[in-house]
Amino acid sequence: MTDTKPKVVRRLGDVVFANLAFFAGVSILATLATVAAFLFAQSVPAFTGPPIDAASEGFFSYVLPFVFGTVYASVIGLAIATPLAIGIALYISHFANRKFAQVLGYAVDLLAAIPSVVYGLWGILVLAPFLSPTFNWLNENLGWIPIFAGQVSATGRTMLTVGIVLAIMVLPIMAALIREIFLQTPRLHEEAALALGATRWEMIKMAVLPFGRPGIISAAMLGLGRALGETMAVAMVLSPAAVVSFAVLTSTNSNTIAANIALQFPEAGGNYTNLLIATGLVLFAITMVVNMIARWVISRRAEFSGAN
Amino acid sequence: MSKRIELKSLDVYYKAFLAVEDVSMVIEPKAITAFIGPSGCGKSTLIRTLNRMHEVIPGARVEGQLLMDGEDVYGPDVDPVRVRRQVGMVFQRPNPFPTMSIKDNVLSGYKLNNSRMSKAEAEEITEKALVGANLWNEVKDRLEKPGSGLSGGQQQRLCIARAIAVEPDVILMDEPTSALDPISTAAIEDLAVELKEHFTVVIVTHNMQQASRISDMTAFFNIAGSGLPGKLIEYDKTEKVFSNPTEQQTEDYVSGRFG
Repeated sequence: MTDTKPKVVRRLGDVVFANLAFFAGVSILATLATVAAFLFAQSVPAFTGPPIDAASEGFFSYVLPFVFGTVYASVIGLAIATPLAIGIALYISHFANRKFAQVLGYAVDLLAAIPSVVYGLWGILVLAPFLSPTFNWLNENLGWIPIFAGQVSATGRTMLTVGIVLAIMVLPIMAALIREIFLQTPRLHEEAALALGATRWEMIKMAVLPFGRPGIISAAMLGLGRALGETMAVAMVLSPAAVVSFAVLTSTNSNTIAANIALQFPEAGGNYTNLLIATGLVLFAITMVVNMIARWVISRRAEFSGAN
Repeated sequence: MSKRIELKSLDVYYKAFLAVEDVSMVIEPKAITAFIGPSGCGKSTLIRTLNRMHEVIPGARVEGQLLMDGEDVYGPDVDPVRVRRQVGMVFQRPNPFPTMSIKDNVLSGYKLNNSRMSKAEAEEITEKALVGANLWNEVKDRLEKPGSGLSGGQQQRLCIARAIAVEPDVILMDEPTSALDPISTAAIEDLAVELKEHFTVVIVTHNMQQASRISDMTAFFNIAGSGLPGKLIEYDKTEKVFSNPTEQQTEDYVSGRFG
């Protein structure tokens, strides 16, 4: 009896599940690393190989309009979707009666299930013609604001249309997530606000929204992720030009990275393919930066998060 | 400010279920009134009718009359939001807003009425309320820190500070110490006794020693069985209820023979 160390009991079930969970976690990182490695390896020839006609002025001037288009379209989409998603989530979680809230919840979830090709078609055939008169009105009356200036597109297939299509695409996932967060608001905090004499809206401002803030940011980031990577709807709606322009109503619009890859890839050969993959790498980097910013924003007020 | 509350044959319902039946009593100002009784007897339900928090639950309603200094709290044109601004409430578990600093917590109720206040005014109100809640010395150097970083007892006193910052007429406490350790409990009890100098205090408690220690009046509630409504059995001066109750049920309960 020299060794007094307590014997650690190892149960088969614990070992199996611990390892399963470990591999699941590692496989995420491995997948990410593999994708990053692929993008890096395949991008190199675009810089080392013979010059490419499409990017005669160098890679960065080639990719810049696409980066701009990607971020711009996503930001427009998100700017429209976030307030709407918060509104829908609030309505479902705190205002609608339970039956109607359920129906509405299903409807929102259904929107998420529609493939993006359908959204693209809908954008071209329904939304663009429908919005065209509104665009003219905006241009005539608010044309002094730079983003509404310029020659209005006759087809309605503009950056703003893309932004709206993207907003509708990311809305369901955002609304569903935010709704869940809002439903988690501790009853205790809601009652604290009400007992102080808060009206329903004041209660929401005091208890629900601050509590849901990190969740709203996370939801927005997920939505942004989807918008940044969205291919088909953008490729179908926009007739792209290699420009950087903030005007959202004109027919000259910068394309997004993802849509550009989808449009060019079938005809690309040689190191043009590598060039497209390099733009994919840029998209990868944008997504990562955006997510890191979001993490930082959330962690900045972690001690006030209510998670304690 | 301190108001007299008069309940006249008050029935409290959850949808069709009668939870509390036919309560008539007068709650005196500048005194502590304790509601005691076994679990499920409706004392928490009843206290929530005093600031119209009961009706926050869908289908909950009240019949009968509730007068506060003669004014009908359930009158047709009375806004429940107004009522709640005059009647502060402290809950069973401390519930400071986790997303707010200590100072913002104290001011949260006050801000509802006065959206604009000067910095000096805000500081004055914060200090006054925290001093009133016996918390000032412990938190005066960390007013900008989150309220959720305090201990349970401190959080509960922060909630009391939040309630008294708006200078209500009545303070309701729904088992305010049931989640606290004995030392924090003693601090809250001392505070309750100080609060009755200015407010009408109503406290629901499971702890009979607590009721006998701090309250001036005690109301004993009981139910005949599950699914039946809670009733006010006896309401009298605290010494009377604990030493020489009129009803056998009360005697059984306060002497620990059941419940």
